[in-house]
Amino acid sequence: MAKEIIKIENLKRYFKVGDETVKALRGVSFTIYEGEFVTIMGTSGSGKSTLLNTLGCLDTPTSGEYYLDGIAVKGMGKNERARIRNRKIGFIFQNYNLLPKTTALENVELPLLYNSSVSAKERSERAEKCLREVGLGERLFHKSNQMSGGQQQRVAIARALVNNPVIILADEATGNLDTRTSFSILTLFQRLYKEGKTIIFVTHNPEIALYSSRNIMLRDGHIVSDEYNSDIKSAEEVYRNLPEEND
Amino acid sequence: MNIQNLFKIAIKALGNNKMRCFLTMLGVIIGVGAVIAMLAIGQGSKNSIKAQISEMGSNMIMIMPGAERRGGVRQSSDDMQTLKPADYEAIVSQATGIAHITPTVSSSGQWVNGNNNYPSQAQGVNTQYLDIRQRKVAEGEMFTEADVKTAAKVCILGKTLVDNLFPDGSDPIGKVVRFGSIPLTVIGVLDEKGYNTMGQDQDDLALVPYTTVMKRMLAIDYLQGIQASAIDENRTEETIEEITDILRTQHKLREDQEDNFTIRSMQELAQMISSTSSMMTVLLACVAGISLLVGGIGIMNIMIVSVTERTREIGLRMSIGATGKDIMTQFLIEAIIISVTGGILGILTGAIATWMIKLFAHWPVQIDPSSVILSFVVCTAIGIIFGFYPAAKASNLDPIEAIRYE
Ligand SMILES: Nc1ncnc2c1ncn2[C@@H]1O[C@H](COP(=O)(O)OP(=O)(O)O)[C@@H](O)[C@H]1O
Ligand SMILES: [Mg+2]
Repeated sequence: MAKEIIKIENLKRYFKVGDETVKALRGVSFTIYEGEFVTIMGTSGSGKSTLLNTLGCLDTPTSGEYYLDGIAVKGMGKNERARIRNRKIGFIFQNYNLLPKTTALENVELPLLYNSSVSAKERSERAEKCLREVGLGERLFHKSNQMSGGQQQRVAIARALVNNPVIILADEATGNLDTRTSFSILTLFQRLYKEGKTIIFVTHNPEIALYSSRNIMLRDGHIVSDEYNSDIKSAEEVYRNLPEEND
Repeated sequence: MNIQNLFKIAIKALGNNKMRCFLTMLGVIIGVGAVIAMLAIGQGSKNSIKAQISEMGSNMIMIMPGAERRGGVRQSSDDMQTLKPADYEAIVSQATGIAHITPTVSSSGQWVNGNNNYPSQAQGVNTQYLDIRQRKVAEGEMFTEADVKTAAKVCILGKTLVDNLFPDGSDPIGKVVRFGSIPLTVIGVLDEKGYNTMGQDQDDLALVPYTTVMKRMLAIDYLQGIQASAIDENRTEETIEEITDILRTQHKLREDQEDNFTIRSMQELAQMISSTSSMMTVLLACVAGISLLVGGIGIMNIMIVSVTERTREIGLRMSIGATGKDIMTQFLIEAIIISVTGGILGILTGAIATWMIKLFAHWPVQIDPSSVILSFVVCTAIGIIFGFYPAAKASNLDPIEAIRYE
């Protein structure tokens, strides 16, 4: 039996907007094991981002239990949650969120700057290694604004890998990219999955479910389906067969 | 999270906006520069007053005609003619606490030797003036008591006058120069003293028997003042009382009448000048301090803008593990770097300004190390105080909202 990385039980998240209560999550439960590549799917407003923010310890649920890597997150203070984010989670955002005017290497080093147990030397070594992993070994010193969208997202992925997180959380990571670049990024995620990384990939694009090992469907804050995928398609093949554009 | 890393982050962030960073610093630079220069001027003038006093001797006593001035009321010229040669003689014969004493009368005018002119004064004194002022005749001779009695047409010139009246370097002794229309024989040259700490030329001086000035130049029968030195510095007060008694008797003043003369000791005078200069220093420093405050507000303003502009960045940093305290510290460090760097540049600017004031205006200036330390401390404090609000604002952002901020 694989290790439980994430376990949530009856997770609810309500937002008070004026007099009304928006129920973004209405009781969600699942367990994610080490080495899974889970896509979370649903239409816009179905609660995907809210769920991911909660899993990423950025948001606290209104009620329900959450265990990350065996640790109960409920009741943790702000600083403790910051520490968890720093040590156990790798975040990837739709709009990359790289620091402007900053090199790829420095962007990737960023999470380790907030971890005083990592020395400066180790920091740059690890950042460089992660950039090589995502195929940017030649662009260590390129500034973020000198790179294409796909390259920026690769930097963001390297940044999410650099702290050896127990889980990688991606929110619409290919949302801003064209099809071809999306597939190259997806190829990268599949490679990380093969290497044994645990990934949660949030998307509203149903097609992407074909490339993950498990798909959870959300609708109006409920899980409507949770299915394993035994026939994972290769993103790399699709990528190769796509006509090359000027990238 | 260690401070060293936060420092790196802060420096990097400031480096991304060098121009803005410099303009923000400019407020602090000007503020600190002004404070340093103002305090240097204040300290300099205070020092020079002190030095002046020790140069002149703190046992000096000055007697001036007219009642003590109050509230800036001008006195009629009659009131300024109350000191007579007879008063001087009375003090000489009766006072016991006095070492040296001289009447003083001076006339402004043009010194002339052939084609050479020099505007200055003729300082009418007696032979004891040299002892009171601790001066010497370097060449030739001082005039004598006999010269004073006969109102002799002789003079002792200071170096500056010699240089201007005898530019060819010829020996002035025995030559006849004119002061206005009166021919005077040069019988001596004063020792060279140079500029005093107040920036006055102590060699721009010509001594003439006071009787000569009174009778031949001004045609007056009164003295403009009397200068004396007490035997004992510590008994100046008693000596002043003694002189007061003598003069009141001389002037036949009744009990209920006020003195129609004023006596000041050097000590008193020094205190007066130094308290005025202290007040000026405080005022100047206040004005300078206000500009420093404005600089601080500038920092706060820019930091607030910067926090708003960098909301996304803050959200990102938080999402990858920066705590509120990390964010707060980063922005505080940014503010402190601006204020302290501005402070250091300001100290340099102030030092340069001070040096220029000394060079071009010849004002006595002195940068007190304590004012440098003070500026430094104040700058750090300003960085912390004015950086605190924006930094707190940044650290209280909600990471989810911040990262979505457009
Ligand atoms: N901070 C918030 N305040 C109020 N309502 C929110 C907030 N965040 C999300 N919601 C609401 O919760 C629901 C789910 O949002 P979200 O999780 O962003 O959906 P998705 O990512 O699937 O598009 C939406 O109706 C949204 O309006
Ligand atoms: Mg979303």
